Amino acid sequence: MNKLQRSSLYQLSMLRFRLTLREPEAIFWVFIFPILLAVGLGIAFRNRPADVLQAGATTSQLTRALAADEGLTATTMDEQAGTRALATGSILLLAIQQPDGVAYRYDDSNPDARTARLLADRAIQTAAGRREAVSSVNQQIHEPGARYIDFVVPGLLGMNLMGSAIWGIGFSIVEARQKKLLKRLVASPMRRWQFLAAYLISRLAMLILEVAAFLGFARLMFAVPFRGSLWQLALLCVLASLAFSALGLLVSSRARTMEAASGLMNLVMLPMWILSGVFFSASRFPAMIQPVVRALPLTAAIDALRGNMLQGMNLGQMMAPIAILLAWVAVPFAVSLRIFRWR
Amino acid sequence: MTGSGAAAVLDAGLRTHEDNAALLLRAVRKSFADVVAVNGLDLEVARAECFGLLGPNGAGKTTTIEICEGLTAPDEGRVELLGLNWRSGASELRQRIGVQLQETQFPEKLTVEEVLRLFRSFFRRGIPVEESIQSAQLEEKRGSRVGTLSGGQKQRLAMACALVGDPELLFLDEPTTGLDPQARRHLWELVDRLKQAGRTIILTTHYMDEAERLCDRVAIMDHGRILALGTPQQLIASIGGEHIVEFVITGQESGDGVADVALLTAIPGVQSHRSDAGLHQLSVRELHTAVPRIFAELTRQGLQLSEFRTHSATLEDVFVGLTGRNLRDE
Repeated sequence: MNKLQRSSLYQLSMLRFRLTLREPEAIFWVFIFPILLAVGLGIAFRNRPADVLQAGATTSQLTRALAADEGLTATTMDEQAGTRALATGSILLLAIQQPDGVAYRYDDSNPDARTARLLADRAIQTAAGRREAVSSVNQQIHEPGARYIDFVVPGLLGMNLMGSAIWGIGFSIVEARQKKLLKRLVASPMRRWQFLAAYLISRLAMLILEVAAFLGFARLMFAVPFRGSLWQLALLCVLASLAFSALGLLVSSRARTMEAASGLMNLVMLPMWILSGVFFSASRFPAMIQPVVRALPLTAAIDALRGNMLQGMNLGQMMAPIAILLAWVAVPFAVSLRIFRWR
Repeated sequence: MTGSGAAAVLDAGLRTHEDNAALLLRAVRKSFADVVAVNGLDLEVARAECFGLLGPNGAGKTTTIEICEGLTAPDEGRVELLGLNWRSGASELRQRIGVQLQETQFPEKLTVEEVLRLFRSFFRRGIPVEESIQSAQLEEKRGSRVGTLSGGQKQRLAMACALVGDPELLFLDEPTTGLDPQARRHLWELVDRLKQAGRTIILTTHYMDEAERLCDRVAIMDHGRILALGTPQQLIASIGGEHIVEFVITGQESGDGVADVALLTAIPGVQSHRSDAGLHQLSVRELHTAVPRIFAELTRQGLQLSEFRTHSATLEDVFVGLTGRNLRDE
């Protein structure tokens, strides 16, 4: 046995690695799941700009006028059938011929339906002979960085950093407590800080693997841009992971059973899945709750990751989310050290 | 001046005496909510002694041993191990004691060797992992995962973890509970070897035969107190007879089938009588002369028996004599 192998911090960290790598489910959730999610979302949103919107019309004349627009497809149907089709979502807009003109029936809270309304009106006015006052030409771009997949990859990365830290640390601590392993360890001369430090060491080492796998995949498959510096991106991942690890430690510092722990973890993570802007921008929430949304560690992490990857911002330009993340490292860690139940 | 000087000398004398003790408890008390788990315990264990805390479940054995191990803080009283206490000498004590807890489950996906390397790394000095594997007779299981071990092998692994730091003082909390007879004997042999090596061992058990087999001295505990303390032989002798005669009465030629106890205890050699759910027990000295007389008396009373047996008195009988209950009643 060499000196390293005799070190208890090394042995405790190895314990964490071994237990993680020997748990096939953990490998799935950490490595495979985020990639599958990115693939699914990438496929779902890949052709989004070229989407053709479905419309219905009550006369074949209107149908021809609508179909002339390349952004629309149109079917002829009577008003009753059209209303049913609207209700089931198979068309977004119904154009109804009326004695003095055309009526559009659509749901104005649906952005796609509003787009369909604009396209339909333009198509029908053009067919009726309207001429544009100003001539215009479209210059379309499909550049990486502006697509939905570019937006969602940093979100998924943040979500994955949160899930793997909170689940990885939380469950194994509570399991060790439940199986009296914690009690056995504190009955030995083990230094308690080393036990907790081993979790952070193994978390950071696993982080290198999981972030590299996920971002490497996103780069190869979707050509997601990395506009900021890579070492700053790495630093942000470490910071976010430390914040979520501290939170995982806090969540698991008292719980005696897996059921209690998993309830607490969901309680902590669910609001962030919804509020923190993984799949859509967090700024969509009302101004009243924005301070809460901004203070969540996942919002701060995702803001910082998007700032780096999409906007190429450097650390100095992202002091607010970084400060929020630092607070989320310090406070839960300090609290959980005080209240941690060792037996 | 002279008074306090004498007291100091006395105190010093007491100190040297106590410093030689591996374990010293004085007036230790511990309550949980409204339950008094340990109720004013005094105990002294000498070095190289194998000491047993014996009692039914809920007697306070585990609380007592966890107070000794520094896992539970007592409400009151003094606790010293190897001349040190948990307040000022905790980190040194942890290095010098070995602990095996009830129901520790090591991570199932680690191998035997990995668990032992982990525990070895906590100790400044100790025995090589190799040696601890051998002493627990786990050589063939070295590379096996904990989840695949039998109950007895898991318990030997727990023992090996307790021994890997080469402790001066070893605590074993119910080391054989839940094991099959063969695994128990296997573990007893391991404890025997540790005793021969001169290690101080403190163990709890609710198996009387285990305490008799392993321990130099035994304390019988119930409701957080020590009821009796001594060598197993002393304790057995304390109930008066070395043998127990048991019989069950099923009827009587004329009468209601109730034995006249006074006439039975009047027989020379019969020390005491008790009956429990129809089973009569006599504590008897000199079995060979007493048994014919007991038979004669039972026949004279016209009693019909369905069972009649004798055994050497055990700690179980001591416990029954002290509490009127069987150990496994709870």
